[in-house]
Amino acid sequence: MPTDVAKTSVLLFVVVVVQLSIVSSIVILTGRPNLLLVTVVCVALLRGATFGAAAGFCAGLLADTGVFGTLGFTALLLTLAGYWTGRYGETTGRDRAHAPLLSIAVITFLYQVAALILRFMLGQHAPAGHVFATVFPTVALNLVLTLPVYALTRRLLRPREWAPREVRLLG
Amino acid sequence: MVGGLVLLSLVLITVSFRDPTGGAFSGIESAGATILRPFEVAAERVARPFQDVYGYFRGLVHAKSENEKLRSEVNHLRQLALQGESARQENDQLRAALAFVDGPRFPKDYAAVNARIISWASEFDQRVVISAGSGSGVRQDTPVVTRAGLVGRVTALNSGAAQVTLITDESSAVQALDVNTRAVGLVRHGQGQDSLILDRVTKDRRVEVGDTIVTAGTRSSQYPSLFPRGIAIGVVTNVGQSDTAPYKQVLIKPFVDFSSLDAVTALVTHKTSPKAP
Repeated sequence: MPTDVAKTSVLLFVVVVVQLSIVSSIVILTGRPNLLLVTVVCVALLRGATFGAAAGFCAGLLADTGVFGTLGFTALLLTLAGYWTGRYGETTGRDRAHAPLLSIAVITFLYQVAALILRFMLGQHAPAGHVFATVFPTVALNLVLTLPVYALTRRLLRPREWAPREVRLLG
Repeated sequence: MVGGLVLLSLVLITVSFRDPTGGAFSGIESAGATILRPFEVAAERVARPFQDVYGYFRGLVHAKSENEKLRSEVNHLRQLALQGESARQENDQLRAALAFVDGPRFPKDYAAVNARIISWASEFDQRVVISAGSGSGVRQDTPVVTRAGLVGRVTALNSGAAQVTLITDESSAVQALDVNTRAVGLVRHGQGQDSLILDRVTKDRRVEVGDTIVTAGTRSSQYPSLFPRGIAIGVVTNVGQSDTAPYKQVLIKPFVDFSSLDAVTALVTHKTSPKAP
């Protein structure tokens, strides 16, 4: 466990730096890839809900401080993203090859919508039209990032041996 | 544990939202930014050559047509520069003769603090973080420019970095004037990304397509940021007016290409700006 924490900390720190200084300025077909979200989702899939939520919170908080943003904004969204992905990874998504791609597609969409709602609630600029126009290119870009990021994360954090499924025999 | 993290996030958002410039967590924010800064600068330096190569090939696509356009523009501007130089000299002489009292003048009364962009905010915000802060003399509301024109102003800072809100952000507004017709208005964000409008231009004022818009250098009580007079903002691309709207609808194409910003200049002055009584 401490080894996992150390590895994840280093990974997320590097990803936050790369996201803020390089990836956030990339716009392809109106979409903006979110390497940080993809990494948090991959970590959560491999290590479960609690670990994913904690990783999301710490990475989000660091990202918030790096851009002088509203402290806690990205932390909240990534905490929820990490938790839900982790729950999916622990239950129906385990051992399924398509789990990373499906998680990224769904979580990216929900992340964009949740960010929009949160900004609206805070009275900040919340252009719904722009978000819905760019969400699908963003999902596509994040899906492109998923396989290499998941492969790297899987190398760092070996998949858990999940407890065998309970089977109740009838009769 | 997850509930605790969510609750902590909400507390952070609340405190940060109530007092964005300081507050109980300003120490955390400052420490995080300080830790990240050297790594962001290093990452940006590593990525820069690749971005330059991409920019080079992207520029080649439009190079020929742009070259012809720029040649004719250079000839036109050369004539204007000669006229401008003569007017400037005359203006200096008249100011001296009148003992004219003025606020800080651009660029004479400003020192340039050149800084690199080290990170970009989310897609919702038209904000960037630059690698110069209060340690370099940058202050709150310091104007930020490039050689092309106005970029924005500093809205948050610590000793080593500062957040710049671009003029294309929804919260930005700049008093501006049409150089050719002297029509005054308020430059604000437009409908699309990286587009601007010149608002509050009454219908009796004249604005033509192709006119250059610069900062007016006046202080508005509603938008108290002060930009020095004469910083180029953009060129008028469309002018319209309707019977019902009280103002003209003026679209501006900014001179600065906000999608490829990499380095900017913060204009620092020690001369006190005049304040409205």
